[in-house]
Formats: sequence, C-alpha cells, structure tokens
Amino acid sequence: MSFDIPDDRRYMESHEWALETDDGVRVGISDFAQDELGDVVFVELPDEGDELEAETAFGVIESIKAVSDLYAPVSGDVIAVNEALFDAPELVNDDPFGEGWMLEIDPADESELEELLTAAEYEEQVA
Amino acid sequence: MPLQTPPLRGLHDERGAKFTEFGGWDMPVEFDSIRTEHTAVREEAGIFDVSHMGEISVSGPDAEALLQRLTSNDVSALDVGDSQYAAITDADGVIIDDTMIYRLPDDNDGPAYLFVPNAGNDEAMHERWISHRNEWDLEATVDNQTDEYAMFAVQGPNARDLVADAVDEPIGDLGRFEARYATVDGVECWTARTGYTGEDGYEFIVPWGDAETVWSAFDCQPCGLGARDTLRIEAGYLLAGQDFDLESNPRTPYEAGIGFTVKLDTEFVGRDALEAVKEEGVEEKLVGFKLIDRGVPRHGYDVTNPDGRVIGEVTSGTMSPTLEAPIGLGYVPVEYADPGTTLRVVVRGQSKKARVETTPFIDTV
Repeated sequence: MSFDIPDDRRYMESHEWALETDDGVRVGISDFAQDELGDVVFVELPDEGDELEAETAFGVIESIKAVSDLYAPVSGDVIAVNEALFDAPELVNDDPFGEGWMLEIDPADESELEELLTAAEYEEQVA
Repeated sequence: MPLQTPPLRGLHDERGAKFTEFGGWDMPVEFDSIRTEHTAVREEAGIFDVSHMGEISVSGPDAEALLQRLTSNDVSALDVGDSQYAAITDADGVIIDDTMIYRLPDDNDGPAYLFVPNAGNDEAMHERWISHRNEWDLEATVDNQTDEYAMFAVQGPNARDLVADAVDEPIGDLGRFEARYATVDGVECWTARTGYTGEDGYEFIVPWGDAETVWSAFDCQPCGLGARDTLRIEAGYLLAGQDFDLESNPRTPYEAGIGFTVKLDTEFVGRDALEAVKEEGVEEKLVGFKLIDRGVPRHGYDVTNPDGRVIGEVTSGTMSPTLEAPIGLGYVPVEYADPGTTLRVVVRGQSKKARVETTPFIDTV
C-alpha cells in the first residue's frame, strides 16, 4: 500500500508533519499514521496561547482501537487550534494533510524545522 | 513461541487486512475500517474469521455427565441440534472460561457434543476435561480439534438470506441457538444460528482444508476482530481475559451478569460456592455505562464515585460506532449499579462524567 507524502513539508519519526505557512508552522499527522490508527474518534489538543516544546507531547489522538500521543515538531506558542476536529475527528482520516490539520505554532526557533525528516527520508522510514 | 495462524492468513493478507496477536493467534483485526465493518454488520451483513476459537469434542456414554460436571448450565436439556451458553467455573465458583456447547448427532457410543472455549484456552480445557474424566472414572472421549476446524461467523440482518443462498439445502427453519450439519458449496459444516454481535447470524465450523471454499461462498463485508469487539461491547457480551479473568479479574457468573447460565439443580464444579453467592448476594456487578463528557473509556481506567473515590475499573470500552457515543463495561459496588446512576471515569488523569446504562446498549435479536 502506498501513502501520500507531500514534499512541501517536514516529518517527525513519530509521524507528525510540519508545514511552514505565512502565520507560523501548521501541524498534523501523516497519511500513514491515520491509516495505522484507523477510524479517528477523538482528539485532545492544547489551547491557544499554550507553550510547546519540540519533541514533547502536546495532545492525544484516539481511534476506535488505539490511543496515541501527539508530539510537537517545533517549540513555540500555539496560535491556532483546528476546533473542527472536536466535532468531526474523522477529518484526520479523510484529509490528513489538509482539513485534518491540528494546530499552528509560532515557532521560537525556525531552525528546528530543518532538523526534521524530509519527505524522502520519511518515505524511507514508512516504506 | 510462534503465533498460530488461521488457514486463510494468506488470503486475508492479500485482501489487505491488518493483523493482531490474540490468544496466541495471528488474526485479522481490520480489513477496511472498523467503522465500515461494524456498520455493515448492523445494517447488512459481515463475515468474520474466528478460527482462533477452540473446538473440543466430547463423546461416549458419559459425555453428558462429564460436561454436566464441568459447566454451569444444564447439559441434559440439550436435544440433538441444540446449543447452550455456559460458564466453566473453578471450585470457588470463579469463571475460568465461557463457552458454547453444541449437541451433535449421536454416534455409535452415545451422545456427542462439541464445545467452543476461547482462543488460547483449548489446551487447558482439554487437560481439565481429561483429568476430571479420569478422576471421576467416566467413559468419554475428549478430543481437542482446534487445529482441525476453521470457524466463520456470518452476522447481520441479511445473514439469513446470504446463508440461504450459500447452503446446498434449505436451513430456513433453523431457529436461534439451533444447529445442524449443512453443506456450503459441497463442504459439510456444523452450522449454528448463534453469534457474538447482537445481530441475527450463523456460525460455521469448517474442516480446516476447506476453509477457503466456505469463506468464498459469502459475498459480504469481511470483518476483523476490531469490529467484533465494538459489536460485542454494544451487545453487552463478555470478553474472556478482559471482562473476567481467573488471575487478574476473578469473577463469578453472578457478578459478570451471566447468572442465567448457572443451574444450581445440577452438580458441577463450583456449584456449592455459587449457591452461597446467590444466597448472600454479590457485592459488585458488571454494569454498562455511557460517558457524558468527551473522551473514550479504555480497559484499565479507574471508575470513581462522584466524590472521586475509586470504586472500580473499566474492563471494556470503546467509541460506539452505532450510538456515536463512548460506552464501556466495568464492575462497581451494587449500590452504584442501577441504570441512571452517575459515575466518573478517569481518562488520563481527568475525571469524566458517566452514567450507568441498561445493557445491551442496542436492540439485539
């Protein structure tokens, strides 16, 4: 089975993606991760204004069968949370790189993005 | 120890199934998505490979006496083609396993039965039957046939039509909990109108080598153990090793809500202990509950009273695909067991409001 791995963003080994936008860094989980989890039924996300540290857990995602922590790809303040996921967590399954995004971070140190996996490196990991 | 594999492991893999270890077996957990499979069974039909379940035959002049002494229900009530749900208890009345017992057509030596212990329990149950047979000097042949038979379940409102099309002779008269031999695409199967989803349906015990022929005779959604779990929680059915466990969660049938399987007018291992439990009443009971706050209850989470005192734990929990609500099962003191009672479930350190519900959570057949 092949998975989408867009090359406009970076990835973590724990399957989160990070995309630079005009406002900050948008975060979600990969197509591979949503497929592994199965039907997503619940997400627990931080509040706007919360401070996150790279590689530490910022929330939880639950499918019918499993519970997983979500990890921050970069440090910084949360500037937006995708509240649509509270009522429609299945957006993570339907559109993991688009409508299923989770939060946006105002990065404290943009060089942290460079330390993440490229799409090619991540593809090697999930192959 | 390598995992045992069902006969259609390769076929399921080609179909794109994901697998999980369950009871020492490598079993398909999901073919498409749990929600898709679950909904198919509630609205149309699905087929499950449950070849990890054990099959033990008991036959001979004292077969009935042996089963009567080792299971809680009244085996003597079974005519040929009847089936019965029962508990297997130890001397303290604690559930070791739960099982379905089928009375097969008599053989030359007398009555013959087949019982279906849970995955991974077949060897222990086989030994238990043999040792008690020898101890009581009964004449019965006990044969562990788990490696000889695959088992499939076709479940859902359309199951009856699917089965009518697949079998080579009419079995439309087969009632709930009735069973008989029927041929599916030329393969003789022990066919029972039983199941574990809350829906109408059939279970087929199939010669191992003919598994693919029978599996392929049913054109419906293949389902894995993931959907089997969400379906059975909605139906309020117990999962061995989770809702009861001899070591980690020892429970009597009365606590577990299957007191209806206990026939105290028969003699069986655990009978006297269970008579005492029935007279004295239980201190704790298995209840169903629905989470009112957001979150998903999971096995092992604490259950507290509204004041925060821990009074039990979640034994099974899920987000119900049918109800679109978080539901679970767990043992609580009887004073908290009435439907409508407010409880709390601790989800990752946060206390979430829950309400005791009547089980099954859904309408069942």
